[in-house]
Amino acid sequence: MSHGNMNLTLKVWKQKNKNEKGRFETYDAKGISPDMSFLEMFDVINEQLISSGKEPIAFDHDCREGICGMCSMYINGRPHGPKQGITTCQLHMRSFKDGDTIVVEPWRSAAFPVIKDLAVDRSSFDRIMAAGGFVSVNTGNAKDANNILINKDDADGAFNAAACIGCGACVAACKNASAMLFVSAKVSQLALLPQGQVERKSRVLNMVKQMDEEGFGNCTNTGACEAECPKGISLENIARMNREYLGASFT
Amino acid sequence: MSQNSGFLGSSIGKKIIMGATGLFLIAFLVVHCFINALIFFNDGGLTFNVGADFMAHNWLIRAGELVLFAGLILHIVQAFVLTMANKKARPIGYDKIDGTANSKWYSRSMGLLGTLLLIFLIIHLAHFWVKSRFTGLPGEDANGHENLYAVMQETFKMFWVVALYVLAMVSLSYHLMHGFQSAFQTLGLNHKKYTPLIKKAGMWFSILIPVIFSAMPIAMNMGWIK
Repeated sequence: MSHGNMNLTLKVWKQKNKNEKGRFETYDAKGISPDMSFLEMFDVINEQLISSGKEPIAFDHDCREGICGMCSMYINGRPHGPKQGITTCQLHMRSFKDGDTIVVEPWRSAAFPVIKDLAVDRSSFDRIMAAGGFVSVNTGNAKDANNILINKDDADGAFNAAACIGCGACVAACKNASAMLFVSAKVSQLALLPQGQVERKSRVLNMVKQMDEEGFGNCTNTGACEAECPKGISLENIARMNREYLGASFT
Repeated sequence: MSQNSGFLGSSIGKKIIMGATGLFLIAFLVVHCFINALIFFNDGGLTFNVGADFMAHNWLIRAGELVLFAGLILHIVQAFVLTMANKKARPIGYDKIDGTANSKWYSRSMGLLGTLLLIFLIIHLAHFWVKSRFTGLPGEDANGHENLYAVMQETFKMFWVVALYVLAMVSLSYHLMHGFQSAFQTLGLNHKKYTPLIKKAGMWFSILIPVIFSAMPIAMNMGWIK
């Protein structure tokens, strides 16, 4: 942990568009406060780049409070950097030391093409959701909130799965670029609740089919996704998805 | 809904094939290990040869052998197919990967460990299986059973063979260390109460089976069993 401002060297992936090859570029980050977030450091560097007439580094970000999942940065060999259970915006510069060299890369996956620099196109996740990540609800008056009784364990399980923010760190961390933690969280969230029963079988079949079509890899249970997930989504969900898939395929 | 047409072609279908064949091969290891452990009766291989002779001539076992080879080949081919697909899923790799931060090295190296085991397996089959099934064994023991024990004694006289077998068992141990618990997870058998037990059992299995197997060539080479 550092006190006082730090001088760092950044090795950042630069790529004009999805067709260009891309390369690393080195930037000096001078006078970085340990209280800054990792994204704020990028803001500082970009300000400097812009004022000296150079092109800033493109990166995704939105809420900057760890709930939107946009800040996709692969920092020093890990998605969202060296800390567990956080997104990049929640990573603070006090996690680094003065003089460190930090390597920043985009998520690497055939299903996440680079848009520019560190920003990747995660619409493959949207297409997986569109394939089955929904429930049918009749329109009309809103029902009383506690009309349908739900077992506490199931409610908790569904809630924990629903914590997934779709950031794609599981894909980035996986040595096979597999999206199974994401898909299993979305399948589990709805499979555990009574409202999700209508489309239960078609959901898992369609979402897995879409996942395969998008070109994600296959899970080998290394557990890297679970370890790197900022929302602590459990591998139990992948086992549940496998059960759901087996059941849906053969019944 | 009965859309089982795409099951074997899907990512989850392929995983389930890997897990199921893996568990099947684990079951085979148990049988193989316990029959071979009969050499530790240290009776000049008389008890062991009873087992070996039975395994070589019982028609049910011979039919099972075909299923075993089918399972093994399926496991290998499926692993190859999955590895190729996984390579395609990340065409541009990372410059820096901190793998130790989020997973075990042997979980990430199943392909390498499996390849080492395959090389060992080919040598191992040439040592014993080919002789037992095809080229013939050197005579019979005192009880009139085929003398596979004599082949073991002969083979394990060579130091390099013993070293190779022990190293292969180290690979096996790490392959099982991931594979045992991973197979249960893949088949959907994950439970808060039982998964820690499965992991513990898997760890002990991955240590004990290779240790017992390794003890065989070592004991024969050192002359602890005659």
